[in-house]
Parts: sequence; structure tokens; C-alpha cells
Amino acid sequence: MHMADALVSPAVGAAFWAASAGIIAHSSAHLRKQLDDRKVPLMGVLGAFVFAAQMINFSIPATGSSGHLGGGLLLAILLGPSAAFLTIASILMVQALFFADGGLLALGCNIFNLGVFPAFIAHPFIYSKLIGREPSQSRMVFAAIIAAVVALQCGSLGVVLQTFVSGVSSLPFDTFVLLMQPIHLAIGVIEGVVTALIVSFVYRARPEVLQSVIQEKPVGELPVRSLLTAFLISAALLGGLFSWLASEQPDGLEWSIAKITGSENLTQPGFKAHEALTAVQEKTAFLPDYARPEGAGLDNNKRLGKTLSGIVGSALTLVICTLTGVVLRRRRQG
Amino acid sequence: MSHHIVETRHLKHIYPDGTIALKDVSFRIEHGESVGIIGANGAGKSTLLLHLNGYLTATSGEIIIGDDPLTKQNLAVIRRTVGMVFQDPDDQLFMPTVFDDVAFGPINLGLSRAEIETRVSEALSRVEAGALRDKPPYHLSCGEKKRVAIATVLSMLPEILVLDEPTNGLDPYARRLLIALLKGFHHTRIVTSHDLDMIFELCERTIVLHEGEVMADGPTLEIFRDNALLNTCRLEKPLAMQGCPVCSPEHRPLPKQQPLIEPHSRKPHQHNH
Amino acid sequence: MLAINGSFLDFKQLDLLALRQTAVHRLDPRAKVLTTLCFIVCVVSFDKYQISAMLPFLIYPVALIAVGDLPPGYILRKILFVLPFALLVGLFNPIFDRQVVLQIGPLDIWGGWVSCLSILLRAILTASAAIILVAITGFPAICEALEKLKMPQAFAVQLQFLYRYIFVLTDEGVRTARARQIRTFGRRGLDLRHFSSLVGHLLLRTWERAERIHMAMLARGFSGEVHSTRRQSHFGKPELIFTVCWVALFILLRLYNAPQLLGSLFTGSMQ
Repeated sequence: MHMADALVSPAVGAAFWAASAGIIAHSSAHLRKQLDDRKVPLMGVLGAFVFAAQMINFSIPATGSSGHLGGGLLLAILLGPSAAFLTIASILMVQALFFADGGLLALGCNIFNLGVFPAFIAHPFIYSKLIGREPSQSRMVFAAIIAAVVALQCGSLGVVLQTFVSGVSSLPFDTFVLLMQPIHLAIGVIEGVVTALIVSFVYRARPEVLQSVIQEKPVGELPVRSLLTAFLISAALLGGLFSWLASEQPDGLEWSIAKITGSENLTQPGFKAHEALTAVQEKTAFLPDYARPEGAGLDNNKRLGKTLSGIVGSALTLVICTLTGVVLRRRRQG
Repeated sequence: MSHHIVETRHLKHIYPDGTIALKDVSFRIEHGESVGIIGANGAGKSTLLLHLNGYLTATSGEIIIGDDPLTKQNLAVIRRTVGMVFQDPDDQLFMPTVFDDVAFGPINLGLSRAEIETRVSEALSRVEAGALRDKPPYHLSCGEKKRVAIATVLSMLPEILVLDEPTNGLDPYARRLLIALLKGFHHTRIVTSHDLDMIFELCERTIVLHEGEVMADGPTLEIFRDNALLNTCRLEKPLAMQGCPVCSPEHRPLPKQQPLIEPHSRKPHQHNH
Repeated sequence: MLAINGSFLDFKQLDLLALRQTAVHRLDPRAKVLTTLCFIVCVVSFDKYQISAMLPFLIYPVALIAVGDLPPGYILRKILFVLPFALLVGLFNPIFDRQVVLQIGPLDIWGGWVSCLSILLRAILTASAAIILVAITGFPAICEALEKLKMPQAFAVQLQFLYRYIFVLTDEGVRTARARQIRTFGRRGLDLRHFSSLVGHLLLRTWERAERIHMAMLARGFSGEVHSTRRQSHFGKPELIFTVCWVALFILLRLYNAPQLLGSLFTGSMQ
């Protein structure tokens, strides 16, 4: 499942943007060092291939429903980690722009969830290790299933964590985990089987295609640990920054921290600034948000009044927006 | 002027899987010639073309472009001299816009911005595609793609043009335009195709490949008159040489079950031979 | 498979919109990318129960659809297509968040319903921003902008190639799927074995295509670097005005709840 803009908070979105951008930069540099100029067109065309393959559905045995290929693990097997990661990232970017699939702010989260796990973890540390030197068909299927399951479990856990920390959805963490993980277990098994079947098909037809990647050095040199550290630091920094910049209510990161710790008042230096900002805002804003559970001080009548003015104002806003559009269009055409 | 010579000597190519694509191919093409290379599927045409700019390396034999044999050292120079137009323009047009595609070669040659600009403009106007300059290739028609693909090669100012199936997939009108365009070029031209009418019109000389060997090499007209040769090589006379089935009924006898219609009562059939 | 062809056509249409020549189309892509990002961050930063204050943000998509001469129905359809995904998660809110925030007569309004509506509005706003960005800028120009904003070159080249061949390969995918569908006589879906050989064939053809492209690149002097000529675009006065004005408006709308202010003028319930 894709993470969506509608569910993400600015802090989470920005943190994962930073993380994904960093890994993209790292992978690009790594690829330049490889000096394999065949990969330039190959990555692009294989990315487009995944798009095309996703248009073809297969029926999932014994369920009556149908699914399509994810493609992350397949790309990792065909291209190796860095190239596969860049290819996955590029696919997600096109999806975010053309189909608004996920969205632009959530793009960082999606690249992280769907790119890092198959390319840098499932393929080098699971698939390659399990498959050994002389892969048999059953061994390939086994390795691909385990790798795909791990990649998808990590990815869906990523979605759950990002959604939970963002705090826009009210889904409790444990419920969400129980919903997501079993579904992705099933998806992972299917993805693994399909990937293995495609790979063994290619292996039979043109064994040399896979040879080039097998010969490539395993990604031991990829500093997964330093990448993770960099990510955690940037996440913490950005999280702290955004949580007081971007909110007038305990929301997002702050809100969930409050929930976890059980305390409403966080006494961190960063949040002093937030309080000051809120104070300024309360003075300048005529009315705080009209509907909120936390605003317990207001009685129902007052809230009703506010809601009424909110609804009237909203209706007027919509009318104004529409009129502006009509007027601008007329002016253009006239 | 000796620069435009293309010569192959006992060229042989065996693919890694053991397929013998070329057994023994020798020919010499002089400056300014327009030569058609024809043959059935699998005769070795594409393999031969890929040797001409060094993408494939011969198992044995040699290729001489200009005065020098093709080697790893002069590969870059050879690739600039021999402009290769591939069969599927979608393989040749890989940049975001027509301009970028035509400029790709000149940029790799390290030319200045102004020079790139003039080369692109000249190449595009040469194929009458100046108006397509800023279009992305996927919004072009098939005929436009073919012409732009030729421009991407012309912008490198090659001395020899190699075209693989230039009329493949074109509608009759676009095909006609393209043939007219190619006729106007003064480069040494090497064209492979199954479109024998196009070869007939465009090339004064034809080389027939059959199972990796040169079966015939001579004036196009002579080759297409040789019915025995064409039969063994799984080829056929160009339609232009087959005579009109209506004017000359002996070429394609009418079915015998049509005695009711007098040949004279047919509508007069007009066309120009 | 009709649906597939439809979505593919959609894709092309969105791309064609970017070829229009309006004032906003002509702006430097960087201005539009930055403004869009700012828009999304402002929208997303609202409190989870916020609805009214988000509504004025509709002015941005509406204005750009008008000025950019985009077909409103088409954009709306594209947005409607992504809403179910947001709703899927949003609809859990009323289940888990039953705190009564408002009583209208006998009717209790739960916080969950409010936040679910808020999620829906967020989805509409952010999706429209992304789609409109493509429609008024075009994907290649967005990539150029990102490259100027320091996106690594290798990734820029990757995006460029991916984008170029999506059109070619989805075409091929559609043809393959259609050929298969014609012979299955209405049975939905493929079993895994047939699917994998079908996709495997597609993959092999793709691989060969990559090799031919590589040949075509080598034939024109490619030696590992793809330099593309960037169109002369420059971040001048119009770009500055566009960006600054919109961003200022977003910040204002983010800080002040405009509809609430407007409404209270009419209803007088200001205290």
C-alpha cells in the first residue's frame, strides 16, 4: 500500500524525503563508480517494463481475486541494489505525479518503504544468500518468497509507523498492524512466487542476462548502517523543527508523543517556541479551530454557533473559489 | 574522396550460442554508391550492418572504412563516419524532445552550443522536420519518427549512411515521402530492406545475402531479372517489374470460371508504366 | 482490459496538456515545483480536525485550472480516482474516534467523522496539486527543475529514460494483454504460470530493446554521460511574483481561518 499525502504530517513527510533523497544521491554516486554504461538505457526501459507488467493481472490461486506484480524484488535481481533502487524511486515519482498515487509529500515515505527494503535488504541479505551458487527452480522460488515477504513486511510496517506517527488517522497502532501485516504476508508470498517464475523463465531463455548481476560484487560496501544513522538524525531534527513550526495544536509527531508519554505538556526547548507561536496566533486569529475534541472549555451552544459560522463561511469560500475560476477562464478566453 | 569506401573481407561471425550468422562476406562499396542489401529473414543482413560501425566484432575477416581497417582504436572516428539508422525509430529516439535527440551526437562530439544549434537546424530541415523540434518523440507519427531518426544521424555529418528497413511500417504516402528524401542524399548509402520496390527505386547496385554468404552482387536490374537466383534466396521480383496483372493477363491468368465477361467489356484500366 | 487502455490514454492526455502555451505553462518549472510543494506542506500541516480553514486552499487548483486552460472535468475525474484510497484509511476514524464534538439536536457528531472529512479534503487538495503541476509543467520540465535544484544527474537521466519508454512499453503491454484476452474467452485473470511466461517474454523483449538503444547511443558517440541541452529557462520577475504571491497567500490562509472569519461576519457569533 502506498502512503498518501492525506495521511502524512509535514514532519514525517520531510524526514522521509530527506532520507530518500540521501539514498538516491548515494546510489547515483555508486552507479557512476560502476561505469557500466549499458545500465543507463537498461534501467529506464526496465522501469517502463514494470509499469507495463503492472497492467497485466493474474488470478491468485484459490481466491478468485486478481493481483499484479510489484516489481521491486525483480528489479533488484535484474539490476543490483543501487540501480534497482533508483529505478523503483523513478517509478514511484511518475506514479505520484501522473496518478497522484501517494502524493508528492508522501513520495519520500513511499520510496523508502518500497525501495530500500527490496533493493538494499531483501535482495543482498536474503535472496542472494539463500540462492547460493547453483540455483534450482525450487530453491529460487523459496528464496524469492522469503525475500519478498521480508521486503513487504518491512514496507507495510513502514506505512503503519508513518501513519501512526503522523496522527491524521485515528487507527490505533496495534489494530493497524494487525490489519496490514497479514495482508502483506499474503501479497509477499504471491510476489515471491511470481518473481521467481519470471526470473527462472528469463534464466532458461537467456542465462547471460542474470549472469551480469550475479558477477557484480555483493553490496557489502553499502553503508546501510551509516545510511540509517543519517536518516535517524535527519528525522529527529526535522521532526523537532516541524512540530513547533507547523502546528497550532498538539498534532502530528507531537500529538503522538503526547499520547505515548501520556503527558500533554512536553518540556523540551523546541516546544517553548511552539507555545510562543501559539500565543501569537491566538492573539491574531479571531477564532481558533471550531471543531476539536480537546476544546472542552466550550459549551455546546458556543460550538454550534461557531460551527454555523464555519459552515456559512465555508460555503461562501467555495462560491468565491468557483467564481474566481470562472472569471479567470472567461478572461483567458475573452 | 577515398574516404567513403566501405569494404569487407571474408567477414565471418558466429554468435556465442553457436549460430553462424555470417560465413564469408566480401564486397567493396565505392564513394557515392547506393547499395541495397537484400535477403530472406535470417540471411545475416542485420548482423552485417552491426559490424559496419563496430557494434559487433567479426569472428574473423576485416572491415575497411575509408583507408583504415576498423579497430578498437578508431572506433569513435568510424562511428562518426558511418551513420547508422536503426529499424525501430523508438530505439533511436531516446531523448525527451526531437531537438535533444538530434543534438545528442553533436554534444558527444564536444561541439560548441552555436555549432550544435546550426547542426540540429540543418539536419531537421534536411528531413523536413523543422516544425517538430520541440516535440517529444512519443507524440510523433511513424513517418515523422523515421525522418527524425535520420536527422539524428545527419547531425553528425556522416559520410556513409546505413539504413536498416527504412520503409518498414510506413503508410504508402509516408513511404513515398521517405524514398524521395533518400533519393536526394549524396552520401554513400547502404540500405537493407524487404521492400524490394524501394531498393529497385533507390539503389543502382544490390547485394544478395543468403545464409551468411554473398549470393550475388551487381546492378539491381540484373539481379531482379534473375528468377532462379531470386527463387533460391526466397525473394521475389519487385511489383514494379512484375507487370500489371490487368494489362498483361499472362502474368496472372484470370480464373477460368469467368467466361461471361469479355475482356473488352472491362473498364479501361489506366496507369503509367 | 478496457479499463487499462483507458488509464493509458489518460496518461497521454495529461502529457499533452503540458504542451499548451499559457502564461502559467511558460513559467520556469522551478517556480511551479516550489509553489506546489509549499501548497502541499501547508495543507498537510493542518490539525486533523480541521476542515473550514482548508477550503480556501481550493483557490490554487481552481485558479490554475482556469489560467492554465485545463479541462476541469478531466482533472476532477483523475482526483476522484485516488479518493477511495484515502477513504479506505479515513473511514476507520469514525470507528475509533467517537468523542462527541458537537450536538445538533439529537445528532451527535463524532470527532472521527470530522477528521475523516478532513482526510478527504486533504486528498482532494494534494492530488489536484500534483496533477495540475504535471499538466502545466510537463514531466521533463519537472525533472529539469529538480536537476537544477540539485537532484543527482544519474537519477535525472533515469527519470528521462523511464518516461520516454513508458509510452513504448505500456503500448506493448496492452497489445500483449489484448492478444491474450482474445484467446481466453472472457475468463478473468491468468494463472501464475501463464502470467509469468507472458511477462517473461515481455521482459526479454524489453531487455533486447535496451540493448538496441544502447547500440543507437554508442553509434552517436555515447561514452557513459548523457548531456542534455537544457532549454534556457530563467527564474525572473514573473516567476518571483508567482511564487511569492502564492506562498504568501498559503501562509496567510494557514494562519487565519478565512471561512470562519467570513462566516462570523454574517452570523455575528464572534465572541
